[in-house]
Amino acid sequence: MNAEVRAIKTPAEQALSAAFAAARGKLPGSGVVTALRDEAFHRFDAHGLPHRRVEEWKYTDLRALMREAKPLAEPAARTGVVTGLADVEAGRVAIVNGRYEPGWSNFNASDAGITLSELFAFAAEEKTYRLGDVPGKDDIAFWLNTAFMTGGVALRVKKNARQPVHIAHVFAGNSAAAMYPRCVVIVEPGAQLTLIESFEGPASLDYQVNSVLELVIGDQARVDHIKIGSDGEAALRLSTLGVTVGAKSAYNDFVFTTGGGIVRNQTFVRFSGEGTDASIGGATLARNRQHVDNTLVIEHAAGGCTSRERFRSVLDGQSHGIFQGKIIVNPHAQKTDAKMASHALLLSDEAEADNKPELEIFADDVQCGHGATAGALDSALKFYLMSRGIPEKQAEALLIQAFIGEAIEEIAHEGIREAIMQSAINWLGARG
Amino acid sequence: MAFLEVKNLHVEVEDKKILNGLTLSVEKGQVAAIMGPNGSGKSTLAYVLAGKDNYKVTEGDVLLNGESILEMAPDERAARGVFLAFQYPVEVPGVATMTFLRTALNAQRKKRGEPEVSTPEFMKLVRDTASRLGISQEMLRRAVNVGFSGGEKKRNEILQMAVLQPELAVLDETDSGLDIDALKIVADGVNRLRSPARSIVVITHYQRLLNYIVPDVVHVLAKGRVVKSGGKELALELEAKGYTQFQGEAA
Repeated sequence: MNAEVRAIKTPAEQALSAAFAAARGKLPGSGVVTALRDEAFHRFDAHGLPHRRVEEWKYTDLRALMREAKPLAEPAARTGVVTGLADVEAGRVAIVNGRYEPGWSNFNASDAGITLSELFAFAAEEKTYRLGDVPGKDDIAFWLNTAFMTGGVALRVKKNARQPVHIAHVFAGNSAAAMYPRCVVIVEPGAQLTLIESFEGPASLDYQVNSVLELVIGDQARVDHIKIGSDGEAALRLSTLGVTVGAKSAYNDFVFTTGGGIVRNQTFVRFSGEGTDASIGGATLARNRQHVDNTLVIEHAAGGCTSRERFRSVLDGQSHGIFQGKIIVNPHAQKTDAKMASHALLLSDEAEADNKPELEIFADDVQCGHGATAGALDSALKFYLMSRGIPEKQAEALLIQAFIGEAIEEIAHEGIREAIMQSAINWLGARG
Repeated sequence: MAFLEVKNLHVEVEDKKILNGLTLSVEKGQVAAIMGPNGSGKSTLAYVLAGKDNYKVTEGDVLLNGESILEMAPDERAARGVFLAFQYPVEVPGVATMTFLRTALNAQRKKRGEPEVSTPEFMKLVRDTASRLGISQEMLRRAVNVGFSGGEKKRNEILQMAVLQPELAVLDETDSGLDIDALKIVADGVNRLRSPARSIVVITHYQRLLNYIVPDVVHVLAKGRVVKSGGKELALELEAKGYTQFQGEAA
């Protein structure tokens, strides 16, 4: 018996149960995958959607925010075009409606440094890799993705890899539906990779995305991962990133969000080897009633690693920006150096920023700190600019751009940095 | 009619009355010094001219070229030629000095219906002026005033003034915090901008600056109004006798 006492299921939870029962036999993947799905759904079913009394989801109450569960997205047309980041040179892997679509992709298979497989083919063939065994696997959104995962890719990146990879998630349905992409990226020791993940879809549809990226980084590797959320403003997106980083590596992560109605980017990182440097940052620009939650759990499981967590958000209208950052330093992870900062700029009286930094330190020889601010534009700065002849809106735009630019500057890849800066400038231009 | 006319100006800041019927005229081409003890309202006058928020004008008017500017936003005043060199210039992180200068100049020109400045013309103007003021190329590449010393910030104010070519320049305690060498550089920068087409108001507590920027006229401010006006010799008299002689008069 495993009956648990809990509230009556919401319509969304009921729909998810019905959808799982109906889809279970048809979802892709063989024995191992089916077992993973069953276990994950069972765990989800015992908990239900997270709500405000679940501490990790305190500010993103899915029980209230997710009114319904959309049906699983049908496969898209076999060919199509990804619109986002077209100017950035990269091997493009399109995941459309939650499935890998080679006809939408532009991936140079001749790069001997990177092998690409369809997710379920990889799961069947790759016996050494345990799908879903990454930080973040105990999260409720993660379980839902495992239960329903519709497709994706697995990439193995070797030392001789050269090109950046762009995994483009596209929703291309004609009516609102849900997609559950799962991707796996394994970066071998000594390899270097710039990995872009983007999300896009129509502005008018309230489609749902629940994505998971498993990222395994070997020793002495370098990975720059940039996630760009440009979903339509009616979309609900939950994106989980689970990362393990080996020893003496460099890991730079950046999450940029302008799109989506309800967005939660969750990033779970474990430093499993000593001497790694990481920079985990993000920038959010939200307006109207957008809700953007960036949640981090950083586990220093090995000593001598440095991590910097730096997030900035600009919140206009009635938008709601959330930053939750938890740094855990395990007992033997001595000489850890972790510093977290989160800054929110509120452009309207009705916008809301919530910052929740947490440090759980079990080692005694560490340097850890955090800082958080939320406030309006500095009126003294605005006056200074205006006194030189710069009109109010332009002065504000310059100051906002400067504020968010300080976060965006962290991105090493020039093309992506410029594309993101341009996107921020466009957002500011639309403010009028 | 004088270029700047301040008429019976009464100003409150957070319910505290600071200016108390201040009347003042500055002609085109004139350099007027405004001196006075701490708390006499010198900086308030500067801020009210530039259009800072939270300064409540309860009575009186400020006319620029015959037109009231009190209802105008700061950027509009700037486009009409008002420039304030701040006593405490703020740091503007993330906005490069060159971008700032260019944005400001073009915004003013646009408002006046003039074409944007060409890049070579702009670069030459900034470089030449900067080098005279001892502002390095490296400083120009940095964010506005970020990491600048007090003296560098003041020099940067004069650079902005030289680039924007205002018709009314108000220098608010530009001498404060400057050593003698920096003071000479700043004064030289200001003197180069003396012109029959420009009015300059130099606000200062001490006479020292006026050795280098020699005023045409000196006004003494006490308790929010002008209590005495005279030639440049008035500054020397104040230096010798102090402000106490005026402290009672305004009451």
